[in-house]
Amino acid sequence: MSDTFGIVVTVNGTRYQRNVEPRLLLSDFLRHDLGLTGTHVGCEHGMCGACTILFDRQPARSCLIFAVQANGHEVTTVEALGTPDNLHPIQKAFWETHAAQCGFCTPGILMTLVPFLKENPDPSEQEIREAISGNLCRCTGYQHIVDAVKLAASYGEG
Amino acid sequence: MKPAPFKYHAPATVDEALALLAKYGYDGKVLAGGQSLIPMMNFRLAQPAVLVDLNNVSELFFIQPNRDSSVRVGAMTRERQVEHDPLIAETAPMVHAAMPMIAYPQIRTRGTFGGCLAHADPSAELPAVSVALNARMRVRGQRAERWVAADQFFQGFFTTVLKPDELLVEIALPPMPRNSGWSFMEVARRHHDFALVGVAAVVILSEAKDLCQEARLVFFSVGEGPVQAHQAAQVLHGQTPTAEAIREAAEVAARDDVDPTTDINASADYRRHLVGVLGRRALTEAFDRARQS
Repeated sequence: MSDTFGIVVTVNGTRYQRNVEPRLLLSDFLRHDLGLTGTHVGCEHGMCGACTILFDRQPARSCLIFAVQANGHEVTTVEALGTPDNLHPIQKAFWETHAAQCGFCTPGILMTLVPFLKENPDPSEQEIREAISGNLCRCTGYQHIVDAVKLAASYGEG
Repeated sequence: MKPAPFKYHAPATVDEALALLAKYGYDGKVLAGGQSLIPMMNFRLAQPAVLVDLNNVSELFFIQPNRDSSVRVGAMTRERQVEHDPLIAETAPMVHAAMPMIAYPQIRTRGTFGGCLAHADPSAELPAVSVALNARMRVRGQRAERWVAADQFFQGFFTTVLKPDELLVEIALPPMPRNSGWSFMEVARRHHDFALVGVAAVVILSEAKDLCQEARLVFFSVGEGPVQAHQAAQVLHGQTPTAEAIREAAEVAARDDVDPTTDINASADYRRHLVGVLGRRALTEAFDRARQS
């Protein structure tokens, strides 16, 4: 039953060529095959949002895409955002406002917010809450996350 | 790995997809956006032997104006694209209004218009919207194709008229008739959750805009599929849609047209109550829009 398929997928600008079983989820492919463990895996049925990545630059659940379907596509994970010495503006805003507590949901929220702030550089609080409605956080009550988005928007560079 | 093993095919054309479906019959399962199927596979609630992935079938991704002023939507068009399409917003404003209520933005990136309809979840928005709008579904098999009216397409709990060797390839959304108005509403415990009850309404007024010529009131999350409130529509037919008539129609809908069940999210009584409330609000809004049209 273990037919494998050769795929070529661009992740964070790097082209990877791998053989995958069709039932391998993109989330597991990123973590186990590529070692990109920044993408977190929570519920694995699309509810929690922890595994959100950019698929062809749009936010999507990596647990609801098979790796084989990423063949020829472009994936962006949280590893592409910034480095400890050079944080992405949204990461800096999370840092400043203490918007990450345990940090489990944070990568998915960041990957949701990066395209959101590109499309809505000056969002209202209602729009921010709407934007993160597909991401569950069990620590912060969301208030600090909302504060972080407002702060990131005030940096004016998304 | 979470899902059980399966054979995987990713055809590039509808013809190839239909040949695969004909070959595998009941063992084959169509993979569209995967936002409902893959969760079920991750839980192993679904263990299809063969997946026929339509994501490379480029001829199924389109939104086009039709000669008869309807809009044609390819079955694989992403929900996100439908949500932001200006032609959809103009021709089918109810579809435009319903799209943001479907799951979350990250799901709509991947989820497809046709996949949602073919999946026929009784709590989904688009089946009810398509029935209220009199949408038509183009269904193709290897030997023949047919057009199916939306109110004939849905056959019950997660069930449509599609045979195992057939594909839903496109949906035609007709323009709003003259002197018509629409409304779409739902109640959910949290925004973006599945609706406890939702409603899609289209009403048409007479030329003088004083009498109700037609009222289509379609509820979801209250039965095995989209539920048309035929008896409520009878109350309004040929009548002046006064607040009183609307209230009576909504009461009839709650009492006679729906038979909701109790589950973990809401009791049957509460759902019935919501049918009355949403029915009244939706009809009121739809008639207001029709008068202003």
